[in-house]
Amino acid sequence: MAVTIAKERWTSKVAEEAYGSQGIKVGGETTLPFLQFEGEIPNRPVTALEVFDTEPKDYPDFLREPFADVISDPVAWARKVVELGADMVALRLMSAHPDWNNASAQDVAKTAKAVAEAINVPLIVIGCGVEDKDGEILPVVAEALEGQKALIGCVTANNYKSITAAANGYGHYVIASSPLDINLCKQLNILINEMGLPLDRIAFDPLVGALGYGIEYAYSIMERARMGALTGDKTLATPIVAFIGQEAWKAKEAKDADAPEWGPQGDRAILWEVTTATTFAIAGANIFIMRHPESIKKFNAFVDEAMKSNAY
Amino acid sequence: MGLTGLEIFKQLPKKNCKECGQPTCLAFAMQLAAGKASLDACPYVSDAAREALDSASAPPVALIKIGAGEKAFELGNETVMFRHDKRFEHPTGIAIQVSDNMSADEVKAKVDKVNKLVFDRVGQVHEVNMVAVANDSGDAAKFADTVKLVQDNTAYPLLLTSGDAAAMEKALEVAGANKPVVNAADAGNYEAMVALAKKYEAPLVVKGSDLNSLAETAEKVAALGYKNLILDSGARELSKVIADQTQIRRQALKLFRPFGYPTIAFANNDDAVMESLYASTYVAKYAGIVVVNSAEPEHILPVITLRLNIYTDPQKPIAVESKVYEILDPGPDAPVLITTNFSLSYFCIAGDTEAARMPAYIIPVDTDGISVLTAWAAGKFSPESIADTLKNLGIMDKVNHNKVIIPGGVAVLSGQTAELTGCEVLVGPRESAGINSFFKQQWNQ
Repeated sequence: MAVTIAKERWTSKVAEEAYGSQGIKVGGETTLPFLQFEGEIPNRPVTALEVFDTEPKDYPDFLREPFADVISDPVAWARKVVELGADMVALRLMSAHPDWNNASAQDVAKTAKAVAEAINVPLIVIGCGVEDKDGEILPVVAEALEGQKALIGCVTANNYKSITAAANGYGHYVIASSPLDINLCKQLNILINEMGLPLDRIAFDPLVGALGYGIEYAYSIMERARMGALTGDKTLATPIVAFIGQEAWKAKEAKDADAPEWGPQGDRAILWEVTTATTFAIAGANIFIMRHPESIKKFNAFVDEAMKSNAY
Repeated sequence: MGLTGLEIFKQLPKKNCKECGQPTCLAFAMQLAAGKASLDACPYVSDAAREALDSASAPPVALIKIGAGEKAFELGNETVMFRHDKRFEHPTGIAIQVSDNMSADEVKAKVDKVNKLVFDRVGQVHEVNMVAVANDSGDAAKFADTVKLVQDNTAYPLLLTSGDAAAMEKALEVAGANKPVVNAADAGNYEAMVALAKKYEAPLVVKGSDLNSLAETAEKVAALGYKNLILDSGARELSKVIADQTQIRRQALKLFRPFGYPTIAFANNDDAVMESLYASTYVAKYAGIVVVNSAEPEHILPVITLRLNIYTDPQKPIAVESKVYEILDPGPDAPVLITTNFSLSYFCIAGDTEAARMPAYIIPVDTDGISVLTAWAAGKFSPESIADTLKNLGIMDKVNHNKVIIPGGVAVLSGQTAELTGCEVLVGPRESAGINSFFKQQWNQ
């Protein structure tokens, strides 16, 4: 008995973007994740590993271990994550945080430039998370990175103006970050776009939660955003960034070294990070910012299998 | 589904015999349409009419009961592709597989591990659901022995995997009374397997080599009068399983009847990490049952946790209990943080407080599980509800200070809250991510 395969006729697609001088491409899909039997998924999900510009304070030992020799040297750390197979480097400018070193825009821009020059993959630059401070430092960083086609964030409803203007002027992309609401995602994309930055220079971050910590909220926002994109809503069609590592490594299930009822930390911690990532991959995220090198290996092994043909 | 009373009436015998308890056939039809009566009450309905009415009124995905006793569970009755459209009804059953090639000691040890895969999360217990026994030996007696051993050592329903009807028969003699899942009927053996499943009224997996052969065998099985079914398209590769699971759900929702049953997906993989990732994917992508080999908590906890997350009702916020939560063993000088009992609010604050390494008390006010700003707008997160909660929980007796911290988003509540509670009210950050800074700048001084 022949089954008539049910295919959705999507009318539009996710914006395709190309980061860095290398032009690593993301987005461009014309169907939902891994349903390549009914559409095109021209670019696989990409990974980035995080590098802190100053020694991180909250890395559990298990996460610190693979970077122990480079953890206080962002340039060496960045080189190492490239060797470890990350598609991009995500440099986090925590030293600018008022509670950390309160470093100046010039200081962090210098580090960002040194890191960009030391690697041959695209750079993601993430501010310190304090909206005002990021609004000050990221424009200076954008200038220092002129021509690198970096992905810069996070831009919020409170600081988008200065960062967007600089990103536009110096040829970068921005990460637009809004809290767990599809209308806020859309609205921020529109505000940024109205300043003259094309929609295909924006990627959005719906502020994801980790496995067990509200993952289902961003999961459904991503599913809805992808359906919006595929049915023609350009303001929801920007690639999606998921801050996997930042959230997964807050979870007790990842960071507790001693929790016998949950099994040894090794596979447990890695699975917490990778399951968070693969879950967002099947919901529609494109860029996965992670922390542990083993996590990107397992994630890529999963994506290799998920991207295989499933044509009928 | 969705038949009107008149459409049903046309199929009834129109004898107005009143034996169903209704005055007329039309009245009975109206009761049927409203779901208030069962067709079984009519002694004269023809088989053809029953068949037509049953299939027209059947849900897109049949409801199938697995096992017997307190660990029995249900699958099916699903109505959507995406959880944001409604919700996923029945959480995926997680089955852990043992092989009849294992020694009795190995089987026992593994089943013991499975029995211990019980996790507590925000006051709820979450566990796996089944033990699968695979007839890898090809030996019927060995299979039955292993099934008996497993059954004697666990309360979970069993899933019996063998392509050999003779071996299945032996296993069912041992375990049939507990309604195990019979896995599987395929194009070659379906008549014998259906006879066995029927005899024990056990759910039967119908297995195809692809969607076409699955539909064909499912039709043949249904023609034999058995509809207590679970579907396996035969796909074992990740991308094909995702595609087939999506197709089966789509077709079922379009009322393509051969696919109107729950599904089973096999994640079994020698690499336990990949197996766990596949299992999580199948939980999110429509599988009714997912089968794995690993019984280790580090591989199962992520799958169980994702199931809990994906199968929550998106229209119904998840609440945590309104009680005193102690983070990092707080002493009398620890801060008292007030929030709502929306689980995400609580989890964010608990996580960020822990990350800040600050021992603290968290007090979620019962707002029916809605978030800070929504609850404030709805009047559920108010100076009164905060004051009542503080009083009922007696939290201020546990500390040696008189300060409480409220979310930055509701700073406007601080004055009246101070008045009602007699506490000094500090206004915390708007987002929980700011908690660390807040402690440093405002609490430690």
